[in-house]
Amino acid sequence: MKHFIIVAIIVILFTFLVYTGLNSIGLLPVQASAQSVSIDNLFQIHVGLISFLFALIIGILVYSLIVFRRKKGETGDGAHIVGNSTLEIAWSIIPLFIVIFLAYMGAYSLGEVRRIDMSALQVKVTAGQWYWQFQYPEYGVTSTELYLPVNRQVDLQMSSNDVIHSFWVPEFRVKQDIVPGQVTELRITPTLLGNYKVLCAELCGASHAYMEGLVMVVDLPTFENWITNQQATVEVDPVLKGQQLVQQYGCTTCHSLDGSIKIGPSWKELYESTVTLDDGSTIFADQAYLTSSILEPNLYVHEGFPSNVMPSFNEILDQTQVESIVAFIESLK
Amino acid sequence: MKKFFSLGLIRGLIWQVIGTGIGVGFVTLLRVLMGLPAWKAEPATVFGALLGVLFFLIGVGAITDWYKMAKGEEVEEMTDESHLGKMRYFGASLDHKVIGIQYMVLSIILMSVGGMFALIFRTELAETGMQFLTLIEYNTLMSLHGIVMIVSILVGIAAIMNYTVPLLLGASDMAFPRLNAFSFWIAVPSGLVLLSSLFLGGFDTGWTGYPPLSVRAPLGMQMFFLGVALVGFTSILGSINIIATIIRLRSKGMTPFRMPIFIWAAIATSIISLTATQLIGLSFEMVMFQRLFGMGFFDPIKGGNPILFQHLFWFYSHPAVYVFVLPGLGIISELLPVFARKPLFGYKWVAMSSLGIALVGFLVWGHHMFTSGMAEYLRVPFMYSTLLVAIPTGVKFFSWVATLWRGKITFPVPMLFILASIVVFLLGGLTGPPNATISTDLHLQDTYYIVGHFHDTLFGGFMFPFFAAVYYWFPKMTGRRLNEKLGKIHFWLVTPSFFVLSLWMMRIGLLGMRRRIADYDPALQFQTYHQVMTYTGYFIAMGVLVFIINLIWSAKKGEIATGNIWNSRSPEWQVPSPMPMHNYDKQFEVVGEPYDYGIPGSNYVKFDGE
Repeated sequence: MKHFIIVAIIVILFTFLVYTGLNSIGLLPVQASAQSVSIDNLFQIHVGLISFLFALIIGILVYSLIVFRRKKGETGDGAHIVGNSTLEIAWSIIPLFIVIFLAYMGAYSLGEVRRIDMSALQVKVTAGQWYWQFQYPEYGVTSTELYLPVNRQVDLQMSSNDVIHSFWVPEFRVKQDIVPGQVTELRITPTLLGNYKVLCAELCGASHAYMEGLVMVVDLPTFENWITNQQATVEVDPVLKGQQLVQQYGCTTCHSLDGSIKIGPSWKELYESTVTLDDGSTIFADQAYLTSSILEPNLYVHEGFPSNVMPSFNEILDQTQVESIVAFIESLK
Repeated sequence: MKKFFSLGLIRGLIWQVIGTGIGVGFVTLLRVLMGLPAWKAEPATVFGALLGVLFFLIGVGAITDWYKMAKGEEVEEMTDESHLGKMRYFGASLDHKVIGIQYMVLSIILMSVGGMFALIFRTELAETGMQFLTLIEYNTLMSLHGIVMIVSILVGIAAIMNYTVPLLLGASDMAFPRLNAFSFWIAVPSGLVLLSSLFLGGFDTGWTGYPPLSVRAPLGMQMFFLGVALVGFTSILGSINIIATIIRLRSKGMTPFRMPIFIWAAIATSIISLTATQLIGLSFEMVMFQRLFGMGFFDPIKGGNPILFQHLFWFYSHPAVYVFVLPGLGIISELLPVFARKPLFGYKWVAMSSLGIALVGFLVWGHHMFTSGMAEYLRVPFMYSTLLVAIPTGVKFFSWVATLWRGKITFPVPMLFILASIVVFLLGGLTGPPNATISTDLHLQDTYYIVGHFHDTLFGGFMFPFFAAVYYWFPKMTGRRLNEKLGKIHFWLVTPSFFVLSLWMMRIGLLGMRRRIADYDPALQFQTYHQVMTYTGYFIAMGVLVFIINLIWSAKKGEIATGNIWNSRSPEWQVPSPMPMHNYDKQFEVVGEPYDYGIPGSNYVKFDGE
């Protein structure tokens, strides 16, 4: 009996220690959405359960290892205890109730996270290797940065141009894959002003690590201001339009504009230069070469860079868009 | 020189090269005859690799006996290979103990290769920005680390089951010795095909190989798919053998509830590998065919669905986790009574919990897909079934702790690893439920939290028990024991480092570190964590190096240990080590409970004529 009392005290103290320890180090990023509140509440329950069960098993284990170790000179065996059905039933049934409780909490929390606001702001998200693009159909605006008004639910209707991607802003907690051939939905209500990053959370190829986009949670006047500015941008100059497209599709993740070497060749002074290909031959970098490199990247592979990295933009860009990008590259001569 | 070429392994490798050449030539010839451009790398390489594996099996002699039987020739019923000496470890032996050791060596080799990959990319991660790897190289190494470790685990559990199951049952060998040799030898060429992906452009999809990314990946992808699909036969055929052996070859008096507890774990594992492994082979073959023949299984433009792949894939790959850990948990239950000098607490409950985990394990695959975009209402039932796994797993933990309670605990190296297994697996288990309740998983999915969680379950459920099993049964294999001092160095290098590594992984995962990224944003301030994690990786590698040195040194010069050095009740320890071909000279009968420590004079088995 003495053993049980000591162990019980150890387990209670240890539980308290683990629980306060885990809570004091700051386990999660800041809460920046209405959804994160209900998710973090559930995390809190988990942290409590983990602390108790960890303390329970480790407390008894360590106590046994110290008190019931074989002392010097002892040769006999331990007590002949083969089992106890009451105990076994107890430690099957009690966890069952804990599990049912967790399942209830999990379903409840999911319901909270998926609560739909009919007046949500509509945003179409397009993901591709390796860029984010956000369209605001109500305003006719397209951007590579996601501007969100605070305290209004946003309904993200997401689709992919190539492989599976996943939309995740750690501060918002929720995550949803973006699958080619279907539209997936994610609803977020930002509650905290600030700049965040949307990260692609599903491995999507070579530059997966760099597939990030800016998310700005702003107050309503700033949001409306931004929308007006975006609508006013006139797209006439092909070089300017090209520059915008280059940003939009994240080309500069791989191709630098200043001559530095990234995943792909730099665009600086590329136009009308002589390019050595991976089979040793050379090619003159004219408009035709640049166009074919955008539409069929593996046709001519620049020496020193791997093939099969850059996706084809054949089905993504139309002819004028390609021409604008080529015009932009020409301007970097 | 002639002796060298008479080794089965060498002949197999030569045949594999020839087979690959013939395969490549055949496809090229076919294309010429069809009037197509002669060279197309993908079909030629895939067919070449497939033929290479088949030729290896012919060359090594794994199907010689079946060929003879088919021709109507006699084959020996009880082969005697003792005249071959050490040479039999390099060829197609039919002795389950030889095959067990072959599996063990292959597992340790693959473990070292996979670990090396991890060290390389772990070093790359020590700082932000790309240091010495390209993005594709990083992804290839990360993907290969995953799959090579998985294959090494499958081979590792096969090692332990092959070596111990017939000994624990009192059988002279496995039920199907030739199938047993075949199961082992197919893993060797398939492993080579898998590793060849490194030299064929690599692949950047992770070990999950999700299409459409895997449809666009370089040629190495096909070698990955083919290698894994073929290695699956090791699991499938091996598990048939284990199940048949357990059902048919038990000693007299060994009723189901008097079997050593490890046997229950082996049978639960084998049921899963027999019935689920097909699904991963199937899903991988479907992507292979999509790439080779343009079939649109997972291509939305042709009416396919990428999410279908994930269902097929996880239908195996979740139960596979239980394939990896159940034998390890069985080893914990088997060894704990020996070192606590006390009966296993609640034998029947522990035995049934293995089957419980195996069966519930078939119903939970959807929890890998909570964010995938599958039908939304499906997430809730998968949450319920997933949480249920906690109950049989809990029974195991409570029974282990109760086994230690009021024992007379000793701490030789195998016991140290068993205790580490329990603690590490506990961490893996307790960090599981947050992944099961859907809304919290929306944050955790695809982060380092998951990476930490499954490294805990696999180290606690396989790696540490595997080390324990090797230290425990090594004297049975060789007649010498592993050096205790080196064993303790191994333990203290690996265990604390691993705790830091896995806890740090979970910590940065919660804070926003995605998994499978080659580089991370310096603004997240994770660099110090990553540096510490890289150091711990090197400590673990040093520990494993000490282990390998210990194995080689002790096999030749270790302290002689032919008797029952652990003072165990188990039948294999009642006879001198190492054991001869066909195991026991005398048959035994089960006359008591397997773990009745604490009753002086009681026995588990009685040998004929005693």
